[in-house]
Amino acid sequence: MFVQTLLTGLAIGGIYALMAVGYSLVFSILNFSNFAYGSIIMLGAYISYFSMVKLGLPIGVALALSILGAALLCYLNERLAYAPLRKRRASSLFFMISAMGTAIFLENLVYAIVGAHFYAFPEVFTKRNITFHGVSIGVLDVFAIAFSFAAIYALHYFLQKSRTGIAIRAASYDIQVCSLNGVNDKHLIGLVFCLAGGLAGISGTFLGMKYIVYPTMGWITNKAYIAAVIGGLGSLPGAVVGGILLGVTETFVSAYVSSVVRDVFSFSLLVLLLMVMPTGLFGRFLEEKV
Amino acid sequence: MWSYISGVISLGLIYVIATVGLAVFTGFTGLFSLGHAAFFAIGAYTAAILTYFYGFNFYVALAMGGAAGGLVGFLIGYPTLKAKLRTDYFAIATLGFGEAIRVLLENLPITQGARGLPGIRNETSLPVLMVVAFIVIWFAWNLIHSRHGRACIAIREDFVAAEMMGVNIFIGRLRSLVFSAFCAGLAGGLFAHYFCFIQPSMFTSYMSTQMTAAVVAGGMGSISGPVIATLIFIGIPEALRVANIWRLVAYGLLLVLIMIFRPQGLMGYRELSLDLVKGWYRRVWKGGRA
Repeated sequence: MFVQTLLTGLAIGGIYALMAVGYSLVFSILNFSNFAYGSIIMLGAYISYFSMVKLGLPIGVALALSILGAALLCYLNERLAYAPLRKRRASSLFFMISAMGTAIFLENLVYAIVGAHFYAFPEVFTKRNITFHGVSIGVLDVFAIAFSFAAIYALHYFLQKSRTGIAIRAASYDIQVCSLNGVNDKHLIGLVFCLAGGLAGISGTFLGMKYIVYPTMGWITNKAYIAAVIGGLGSLPGAVVGGILLGVTETFVSAYVSSVVRDVFSFSLLVLLLMVMPTGLFGRFLEEKV
Repeated sequence: MWSYISGVISLGLIYVIATVGLAVFTGFTGLFSLGHAAFFAIGAYTAAILTYFYGFNFYVALAMGGAAGGLVGFLIGYPTLKAKLRTDYFAIATLGFGEAIRVLLENLPITQGARGLPGIRNETSLPVLMVVAFIVIWFAWNLIHSRHGRACIAIREDFVAAEMMGVNIFIGRLRSLVFSAFCAGLAGGLFAHYFCFIQPSMFTSYMSTQMTAAVVAGGMGSISGPVIATLIFIGIPEALRVANIWRLVAYGLLLVLIMIFRPQGLMGYRELSLDLVKGWYRRVWKGGRA
């Protein structure tokens, strides 16, 4: 029972981690909460659903399409909603409102156009289970764990080893000094949004397969924000740890206490943690600039 | 026809009461609450349960609803504001809080879960609403023109400098939050006794969004701006019979457009006054500088 719960928790925690990383990546560069990220994840899920069901594409192609589509959407989001503010050097409050506006816009546009229908993914892996020493785990969960961690590792490798990755890390410390040193900050920010969008495509596809596809995707995408805050906004290792921690504790609470109190629990965890550590587990001490 | 018009005005006034509270909080301290619907719900349920199950007098129940909202605002504000969270962290904490309250309402026996409370006494009438709205606006007006209000403006503009000058940031923010939660609770009580039926799904992020959109569109740091914006937001879609969903799409788009083109909103740090109207008049009719 214990190992079983742990594995289920890891599977959902991996997806949370993936979402939290994408969200935290944008935060680390631009220092604002990109609340539109949840709706990009939701659109990623729709893209892969429709390409699998309506176009009859195999899962691999659907996933690739979803990554590309979500990356494009995230990029457009930046160009249309944030770039004008960046030119004006607006405060992060305005970015946050603009992001909220984008989230509301996208979510309800899907409601209005596609409708509030619930779409279930065709069963690619869901039916089968691997049983090992009395512990059974769905093939989808194995795949989700493996793929999330592979994606996070690939991102980590990219940020650590490539020239562009170094530029991104430099920009997360100080974007002005970084552009003084010859980095094209406009391209860099565009690339960061594309990367975040790609992660949104992956996590959206897995979320859609694990649960169901619908406009708000429930409370699930908000978990990405909570996970990122637990880990400390702007810190990528923090986002991974926060995501896994949230996924595992939630699964334990729903297994041993009750699934009803799960969301109340994750909220209390967030508030308690913020009281003790106001910048999250791994957060850099980010004073708000005035 | 008159009953239709008075219905629209009543709904508008209920939202005005809640939005004025949020305007005092968000517009004057710069902190975002993404879970204001939860205070609204707490007020609605408290007042409704008191009149429905215990036969309390409507006005007593209304005051208790407001007080319950304020109390919960205090309970949530105390730890989060004490920790001096960043704007983003605070917004995410309130987001989690709003969801947690909704889950609780759906599962507590006294709230009858998702079925809601049908058959609440119809007590809210247009005169009652007008009186309450007047008192709330008058109180908010005095609050922001008091020592407390000036302190809040100082906190919003530059909280480091404000703290240096001896302004207690924590007290200033907490007082604004409690006042705004009280207003939301009051509006909730009026809402419950106007529609005579409440259920948890009424108090979703839709409601929080509408209030935030009205505050931003009306202009942060203004009381009259958000009041006008709320009346427009309620009145125009009602008059045009726009479907709920397209309304939300428009709110989202509006938030982004306001941030790009007119970040100060409708009134923007000003209040509706005779001089302002005279200035507009001169600009429009005489074509000269106001």
